[in-house]
Formats: sequence, C-alpha cells, structure tokens
Amino acid sequence: MIELSINGETHALDLDPTTPLLWVVREQLGLTGTKFGCGIAQCGTCTMHLDGIPVRSCVTPVRAAVGREVTTIEGIAGSEGSLHPVQEAWISEQVPQCGYCQSGQIMAAVALLDGNSSPTDSDIDEAMNGVICRCGTYGRVRKGIKTAALAMQDDAEAADDA
Amino acid sequence: MRKWSRRAFITAGVLTGGAVVFGVATRRGNPAHKVASFMAGEDETLINVWLKISTENTITVVAPHAEMGQGIHTTLAMMLADELDADWNLVRMLEAPAHEEYANYALRRGYLAGDIEFPSFLIDTVDGYFLAKAKSASSQVTGGSTSTRFTGEFAMRVAGASAKAVLLQAAADAWDVETGSLRAERSHIVHDATGRRAPFAEFAADAARLSQPSAPVLKSPDQYTIMGTSVPRIDTPAKVDGSAMFGIDVALPDMKYATVKAAPVFGSSVAGVDEDSALGMPGVHKVVNLGNAVAIVADGYWQARQAIEKLDIEWSPSGNEAREQSDIFQQLTDALDTANANDGNQPDLEIGDTPGAFAAASEIVDAQYRVPYLAHATMEPMNCTAWVHDEQCELWLGTQNPLGFRMRVARAIGFEPDRVVVHNQYLGGGFGRRAVSDYAEQAARIALEVAGPVKLIWSREEDMQHDRYRQASISRFSAALDAAGRPIGWLNQYVEKHVPVEAPHIPYAIDNQLIHFTESRTHVPWGYWRSVDQSLHAFFTESFIDELAVVAGKDPFEYRRDLLVDKPRFVSVLDLAAEKSGWGRSLPRNFGRGIAIGKYFGTIVAQVVEVEVRDGRVRVHRVICVVDAGFAIHPDGLIAQMESGIIYGLTAALYGEISIRRGAVAQGNFHDYQMLRMNEAPDIETHIINGGERLGGVGEAGTPAIAPALANAIFDATGRRIRELPIKNFDLSVRDPAAIDIA
Repeated sequence: MIELSINGETHALDLDPTTPLLWVVREQLGLTGTKFGCGIAQCGTCTMHLDGIPVRSCVTPVRAAVGREVTTIEGIAGSEGSLHPVQEAWISEQVPQCGYCQSGQIMAAVALLDGNSSPTDSDIDEAMNGVICRCGTYGRVRKGIKTAALAMQDDAEAADDA
Repeated sequence: MRKWSRRAFITAGVLTGGAVVFGVATRRGNPAHKVASFMAGEDETLINVWLKISTENTITVVAPHAEMGQGIHTTLAMMLADELDADWNLVRMLEAPAHEEYANYALRRGYLAGDIEFPSFLIDTVDGYFLAKAKSASSQVTGGSTSTRFTGEFAMRVAGASAKAVLLQAAADAWDVETGSLRAERSHIVHDATGRRAPFAEFAADAARLSQPSAPVLKSPDQYTIMGTSVPRIDTPAKVDGSAMFGIDVALPDMKYATVKAAPVFGSSVAGVDEDSALGMPGVHKVVNLGNAVAIVADGYWQARQAIEKLDIEWSPSGNEAREQSDIFQQLTDALDTANANDGNQPDLEIGDTPGAFAAASEIVDAQYRVPYLAHATMEPMNCTAWVHDEQCELWLGTQNPLGFRMRVARAIGFEPDRVVVHNQYLGGGFGRRAVSDYAEQAARIALEVAGPVKLIWSREEDMQHDRYRQASISRFSAALDAAGRPIGWLNQYVEKHVPVEAPHIPYAIDNQLIHFTESRTHVPWGYWRSVDQSLHAFFTESFIDELAVVAGKDPFEYRRDLLVDKPRFVSVLDLAAEKSGWGRSLPRNFGRGIAIGKYFGTIVAQVVEVEVRDGRVRVHRVICVVDAGFAIHPDGLIAQMESGIIYGLTAALYGEISIRRGAVAQGNFHDYQMLRMNEAPDIETHIINGGERLGGVGEAGTPAIAPALANAIFDATGRRIRELPIKNFDLSVRDPAAIDIA
C-alpha cells in the first residue's frame, strides 16, 4: 500500500511504486487536469507540485511522492472555490487556445510566483522554458504571469493593511 | 454507474462537446425535427438545427466545428447571436453531433461554388444540393480555415437572422400587431409603440412552427453589436482549472487502456508476434495484432507501455528498409530533372510568353529551395476511447471530422455507419493531424476484441513516427529581369502538389509566368499540416522575390510594393507593416529585418521579422504582423491566431525536420524534434485592417509568411541566403558567404 496526499486528501493505493505519478493521478484518482505530453520530461504538460516544487510527473515515480504534498491543477483554487490569481490572469489575458498544455503552464507559473513575487523576463524564461505550447501562447503566458504578480502583490498589500 | 441508453449517449456526447448545425435551418422543410429528439431538452425548443431557446430564455447555438484552440465555438456563436439580436450573456454553445444534418454543406458550398453569390431564390436549392454533396462525402471537417468564412457566413448568420424573423412574426401574431412595428433586442421582442416587451422564449414554440426565410436580410457591419467585439472565449474557464475534457480525459466504467506499436517502416506489416513476451507482465490482458501494428491492452497506460516495449515483434520487409533521407531528396531531384528532360511537367499556371521573356532578359536569376518533412506534434498525443456494445461502436476522441471518422471507422470494423457514434471532445491541438482517422480505426478494432471500453493512447514516439507528414519538397526558380531589374519572366518548377491550388501562385504583376510541377511520391505518408502547401510555397516564392530585389539593388519592401501597385489591399497591408516595423530605420550591428506578404485562405498577411544573429545564434526579437481578413469577427481571437500561426511556423523554420533513416522516422520526441520555447518566443505585434472584402480564414494564415520573413531578415543581418529549412542546420557563425555550405 502506498499512501499519497493529493490536494489535501489522503489516498491509500495498491500499486507498483515505480509507476509514474502522472498515471496514478490520472487513472487511479481520476484527476485528469494534468496532461500527458511526452513521457520523458521534455514538454512540461504534466507539471505538478511536490511540496510546492514543480516536477514532471511523467518521470516521477509515485514512491517519490510518499510523505510529500502533491498539488495538481485541481488543487490550486482557493478554499471557497475562488480561482488562483494565476487562473484569473489566464482568463483576463485570454491565454489558452487548445488548452492542453495550460495546466502545466499554470502550475509552473504558480510555483514561480510562490518564490518570486515580481519575476523579470529572464526569471519567466527560466521558470517557463520547460513547458511547450504548440499553439504559441507564450506571449500571453508571459503577460498572464505579470498580471498575476501584480494581483498577488495587491492582495498581499491588502492583507498587510488589514 | 448508470446505464446509458443510446439517446442518452448521444446527448451526453453533444453536451460534452460534439459538433452540429442549424444552418440548414433555411432550407425549405426545416430538418430540425430530425435532430430534435436528441438536440432539444425538455424545456427547450429547437428553432432550427442550429439553435434552441430554453424556457429560461437562454439561446444555445449548435456549432458544427471542432474546438482545437482556434476559438471557433465562440466565433460561430457570436455570428448567430448577433444576427438574432440575442443577449450574449444568455448564449450557450453546443458542439454538433456527428449527424448527417450537420455535414459541411456550407464548407462544400464555399469550395465547390468558388465563393459565388447565388440569387436568393436559388438558395434553398443550392443549400440542399450542397448538403447532399457534403453528406455523400461524410464530411464534417474543421480545416482549411473555413469555419468562419463558410459555416459562419453561410450557416450561422443566416440561421440567426432567420430565427429572428420567425420570432418577430410569432410575436406579431400573438400581440396582433404588424411585424414591422416590432424589433428584437437582447433576446427580447420589443413593441416600441406600446412599450411592450417579452423574452424570445415566449414565442419560441410558435416560431419553430413557422416557415423560416432562407435568405433573410443580414446586418451590415455598422449594425453589429457582438461581431467585431472581443468577448471572452467560451472555452477559457474550463481550460484554466483542469476541467476541460479532451479525448484523453474520457473515463468510462471498467475501462481498459491500450497502446500500440506500428511498423516502424511505413508499408511494413506484422510478420509475427511473440505474445508470451508481454502477456506475463503485470496488468497486461491482451495482445491484439492489427496487421500493421500491435496493441497491448492492460489495466493502465503505463503497464501497456512497458509491455509493448518488451514485446517481441517481427516485421515483414516492405522494400523501404534501406531508404535514407538523402535518397528521398535525390529521388525528388531526379524527378524534376526527368520531368524537364521528358517534357513531363504538369502545368500549374501559365501567363504570357515566358520563353520570350527569358530571351529578352537583361539578367537571369536562378535559385533552388528545399524543405523537409514535418510532423504536427500536437500536444495531446493521438488517442481514442472505443466501446463496442449492443451492436454499436461508440467513440470518444478529438477529431476534426466527426462524420468522416464515423464512416471510416464503420468501414474498418464492418459496421453500418449509423451504428457508430462519435462523441467529440476538445482537441489538444489539431493542425490537420486530427483529420486522419487512423487512431480511431485502431481503437475500434481493439475494442472489438475487448469486453467493455478501451482507451487507446499513443506514446509521443508513436505520435511522431506515425504521423502524416507535410511533404519534403524542392522548388526551382528562374527569373528574367529587365534592364531596370524588374521581373518580366517567372519560371518555377516544384515537386508534389496538394492544396490550396493557388499556393504556388504569386500576387506580383509579372507578365510572363510558367509554374509547373511533377509528382514523386515516396513511402512517407502525407497529411494536411497547418496552411498545407502554403507552408512551403510562401517560403519559396517570398524568398526568391527577395533575392530578385537584392539583384536589382532595390529595397525588398519597395520592390514588392512596385509589383503590387494594382492591388490596393496588398499595398495597404504592406505599407502598414513597413510603417509599424519602422522599415528603413537603421538597426544595431548583427540585426536584420525581413519582410514577406501573401494571401492565404482569403486573408492577406504581411510580416516583418527583426532578427539578431550573433556567434551563429539566431534570435528573433520581434514580429510585426498586419492582417486583413475582410472583417475581424473577434479581434482578439484573430490576434491570437496570428500569434499561434507565427510560433508554429517559426518553430518549423528554425527547427522542424523529420528525416528518414533506414526507412523509418528518425525523430521520436521533443528532444530531437525541437520546439520553440518561452525564452525564444519573440514579441509579436499584430495590426488588423478591416478591409471590408469577403471574410478570409485566420487559423492558418499566420503560418506561411514567417519562414521567408525570417530567412530574409537573416540575409539582411548576415548576407547569408537561407535556401533550405530548417535554419538550425546552417552554421551562421561563418561570416564568409563564399565559404559556407549547408550543414
């Protein structure tokens, strides 16, 4: 038995511990927001967080997630169902096209902004280079990150004022 | 798990994103009743096959095209809603099911009739005729950049205006007033004289019984209230929280998973398979021999994938096992030479007296260009879930042609087409790849061997090595210049022609032109790739015209402009591109600017690339794009499509190369079929001209010009002329043009 904590919920699963986390989350747990793109950590569509760190779940064996908190695209919205500022920014900048890579883009962006409240263009390049978009939404992803950064700074200031 | 009835299945498929039509609305004999049983819910009235109105006064637009990122669900809904004078906030969208009434009559009408305007009294007949044609071809295609300009124009707008007419008439009857004293406004009927106002829903049932006009008066652009605005896309919310359902996300009870390995060399087949090499592995249920591929069925994808790697398969030789990419290019070269030697070229376009022009030339310029095979590499690998039960086969997948897939799958498994049900989902990229039904046929054939549903997922390697490829091609040019350097003769010979037929034709005023080609098919299967033949001919022709400008000693922008003066739409697009890019202004050392223009799928696009080439490294800083699609129905969506097309084309120009090694595709994943990434994505600035001409398509129009604009910019920066793609194969750190050759 393997015990996994995903988006705050604990699951006990009987499976091969070398199975990539991606397939466990998609097939065993039915959380299909995280996508399969390449299987060799080249495209980033499968990006999830392990204790807040972005990982390519297609090459991360599920045993590596034991004892750590796994967060997927389904787990980043606020507790009352409010969207994460990155998701809000993705809507206001109309980022997605086909949308298939966007869970990976958003998870990479959330991790970036968690550690860096005002990323420069080169910070964005570094954090986002691992996620391929064939629809070419890169310019809007960049804008979305900047919009989200401003919103998160405003939220933080509002929280400080309170 | 609840038990699905056939009707429930179809409804569910529709609700999760199928594909249909209401445009046939305007044929005599409203066919809405044929689809009403599964299209209309209990509180809804299907006014025609394209729209329904609920008792809550929500409008549901039924759109017959697949959403693969181009925003078409939003655009089509806008076009209908605007003509209907609907309240956009109350508009919903439903993708049409794979049903004959939703065949691509509008698309075929646009194509077959060559965009002819029909007298209105003929439209019933014409629509009926074209629908019959589309049905017989089982066509429900999203491709060719046709959805807005054909379905939107010929179906959605007409359906909206026609529905409005019957709603007004029904209200007039109910209120006993003249129809002309009523107007529609935000999903309500208004009688200004009395101030009376009531929702559409009140009249929907009566309206649906009235005969709908087939040629209603459509709005002029100054009357648009929704078209021309950038409303938020309908599909965005589901695409930011992980809830959007793509084909690969479909889950059914007791579903098994499968993956395949197809014969590495195209044309080869399975000679033998040692099933025991995989059957003992954990979770593995079955090995299915598909003739030219083998499938493993297992409890999960990962188990299937591991097992197929272990599976011992013997492939029968096809005769192509020794083929190398160099052999293929040699074959193409030989084909061109042979056609010339034997007078064997096929005519494409002939204007004036080309030999005469060459005889009179002051200077003759020759060049040869070459492009490689390209794969689509959609982010979502090919996949399809199939379930054979109760003498029917249901499919869940992303497809650009639901009706066509239904027909092809039915044929593959020996079912009648009406026993195959297609539930289309969001497409994780299409670009032409999802117009080919190979993966759906495989899934259905595997499902025949399995009790319960099975989801087939291709690995990325399978996806890349068993695509349908944009052709590799060679194109040769000669131009005759007069004493002023102006082209008086244009001779072009290329290999392999597909569509659109006008792709090799240039917009420039050159009096004598001979364009011809020869066919030389290889064992590598061909497919529609975003912008199809435009993707190569734009590179060929817009590079060569640039070379002529250089030989003539003219500025490449001015040179083009002089040859386009009789085409004011081209001139205004070109001029704006020059203005916005600061054409002619000096650039830093190692920088260059390049321009290209063309008319693609009815849309005129000019692009200017600003590039930096330093130590051999190419860095595209900025792209200025000017586009005239007639009218921008959704301006932000149009801009997004230009950005998308540019990145797609830029990726191919810089890196795209599928090559054949020992008969098979050498590349297998994103490490060796490289993609443009965030750090290389240029700033893209798009400017829209609403030229007012007939609508053009935009899904593919952004792609063709970027490769020549980039190659021309590299020439400007380095003096090096790129005549073969991809650019990664050139060592641009070599400064001396005489010393270089293709890597």
